[in-house]
Amino acid sequence: MLIDRIEAQKNPTKHTLVALVENKPGVLNRVASLMRRRNFNIESLAVGTTEDPTISRMTIVIDASKTNAALVERNLYKLVNVIDVQDVTNLPTVVRELALIKVRVTDAQHRGEIKQIADMFQSQVVDVAKESLIIEVTGEEQKVDSILSVLQDYGILEVVRTGRIAMTRG
Amino acid sequence: MKLTGAQVIWETILQQGTNIVFGYPGGAILPTYDALVDYQDRVHHVLVRHEENAALAADAYFRATGKVGVCMATSGPGATNLVTGLANAMMDSSAVVAITGQVASHLVGSDAFQETDVTGVTLPITKHNYLVMDVNELPQVMAEAFYIARSGRPGPVLVDICKDVQQKMVDYEPITSVQMRGYRAIKPHGRQNIPALLQRAKELIDHARRPVILAGQGIKHGNAHEEFREFVEKSGIPVATTLLGIGVLSEDHPLNLRMMGMHGEAYVNQAIANADLLIALGMRFDDRVTGNLKTYAKNARVIHVDIDAAEINKNVPADVGIVASVKDILRELTPMIEKRSYPAWMEQINEWRADTKARDVLNVELPDDMLLAPHVMRAIWEETKGECTICTDVGQHQMWETQYFQHTRKNQLITSGGLGTMGFALPAAIGAKFGRPDDEVWAIAGDGGFQMSIPELATVMQENLNIKIAIINNNFLGMVRQWQELMHNHRYSAVEMWTPDFVKLAQAYGMCGMRATNMKETREVIRRAREHNGPVLIEFVVEKETNVFPMIQPGKSLNEMTRRPIQPAALGGGMEFMREKTH
Repeated sequence: MLIDRIEAQKNPTKHTLVALVENKPGVLNRVASLMRRRNFNIESLAVGTTEDPTISRMTIVIDASKTNAALVERNLYKLVNVIDVQDVTNLPTVVRELALIKVRVTDAQHRGEIKQIADMFQSQVVDVAKESLIIEVTGEEQKVDSILSVLQDYGILEVVRTGRIAMTRG
Repeated sequence: MKLTGAQVIWETILQQGTNIVFGYPGGAILPTYDALVDYQDRVHHVLVRHEENAALAADAYFRATGKVGVCMATSGPGATNLVTGLANAMMDSSAVVAITGQVASHLVGSDAFQETDVTGVTLPITKHNYLVMDVNELPQVMAEAFYIARSGRPGPVLVDICKDVQQKMVDYEPITSVQMRGYRAIKPHGRQNIPALLQRAKELIDHARRPVILAGQGIKHGNAHEEFREFVEKSGIPVATTLLGIGVLSEDHPLNLRMMGMHGEAYVNQAIANADLLIALGMRFDDRVTGNLKTYAKNARVIHVDIDAAEINKNVPADVGIVASVKDILRELTPMIEKRSYPAWMEQINEWRADTKARDVLNVELPDDMLLAPHVMRAIWEETKGECTICTDVGQHQMWETQYFQHTRKNQLITSGGLGTMGFALPAAIGAKFGRPDDEVWAIAGDGGFQMSIPELATVMQENLNIKIAIINNNFLGMVRQWQELMHNHRYSAVEMWTPDFVKLAQAYGMCGMRATNMKETREVIRRAREHNGPVLIEFVVEKETNVFPMIQPGKSLNEMTRRPIQPAALGGGMEFMREKTH
């Protein structure tokens, strides 16, 4: 592990692994347990169904400055329920994340400003309440980070991010 | 045919070629034990006295035979008692199938009596596990369990079966081949160009001047002993083995340097530290083997062959890493390399070896009132002429056994390596004896580890197993005491051990018990034990405070060994062996 960490530090980047796993009870637990017991550091883990109802798809983002992505990949392969693992970091890939952001609104002027910001980020206001708005934003993580930093001044009440999902192009 | 779930369990066990099950009954596994009555002519059930020992015996049975070991327990405490044994099988890559009863499926999750989330508990210490709540899945799951346990890198698989599943009927046809969606016995990382990798390996071997082969248990699991010997003899490269690699090549082979690592002989570690090429076969660069990774064999190129992709580049980066069985690789590689020898390199190693010999504890002529564990190990070896299976526990005696018993037979030593499970020796000897009924089987344990497995003496008697048990009694947890002496300033903490009268204990179990306190008695009791047709327990009362050397203290480098003194004969000044550093 030590050597892996030293090597990983030379190449600090986020790695995206896409794992196809059997859609059975406890599989997410097996993956999570592997990450914990091998002391792998994961940034995000997104799980969902696929075109095949017997297969789930996991997108796992690893901070390669802390964890060797190749080692994660090889250990994932050892799980009996894992069908396929691919490191798509260096492949042409569409990467998306969805976030819901609840922003404090104190007066009507702010409401207008926030709506404008949402428009600039091509995101939508999906809930309007007396003292808050919910914005739905989709894009790469940097886009979500940017809108979050812009909205900071208004007061962010709640944020939920799905974590990265990825699909290779073509 | 229509069978109950319980019958499916026994049918699968038989079909998989095992007819020994180590287990302990209880509520949730009752239907399976009920079905056992009808299988008694074909399956031998060994009633252990604690479930942990069922798992350890199954593990040793696998190591003795290569056949999957099977253990069985009830839900809750029965299953949780298996945990240490399963962890042991996981660390040492033993093919074990554990079958546990679970509460009825409609009660799962309700905190029912003796309910434990056993698949949750054992998730990180099994290769895979199953919870079976539908009897229709059971035949497939049982077949998969055996297949996963023994294929690729072997390991334990637990099948937790609800009580009602054991009772329900299912259509059963023997499953002869297993197709699984995700699992592959060998899964290389990406595409592997084996011919190109072999070519690079050959080039590294061609250019090496000081190569060493590091041989591990993978050679045993792949039954590659013959291919390995051919490779060693053609390449002319000296071999160091891991603890679990002992037995892959006879220790009287001129190229076998013997065990490496923390308590390996100094010349073995010196050879590795000075090597320019390491050829690691079926081993995983455990920290007990490498010491400090930053300084480990830093001038050496590394060829690493292992069946588990996750072991390549885990601890030591490989110049050539191949994910494959050692047998397949050696069949290709041996014809590619030239027949060679390394006279200058061997001369250097032999010089180091001569220095080690000068420090040999056996050089000491023991006075009549003194016994040292190394002398006991050597006496057992000499009296048995090495013709036996040895099961050791964990600690000082385990390391002395590796140093002073010359292992010449294939897979002769069965010991707990990765997990270091105290209490392993006796259940292991039980498992090994069932696996090798015609072999002389010795369990060697310290007084600490043996006291963890005393209840199994009853199993030995009930099964009338002809096992010889040697207890090396120094009234201490010797290895822990050694660490406290060397690394904690001699501050002894919870290491002194009161022990029962082991001879009387043996007698209480109806077993022959003997004691030896000096060399003369040692030879005599070993002889008498071997003549006695039945189980024997011998207590060897040895010096209390002696240390196992050489020793690479944790985190230290291979060349920072604490050595034995040149003349250990200086016993007059007490047992405080001198220590010195070599470079």
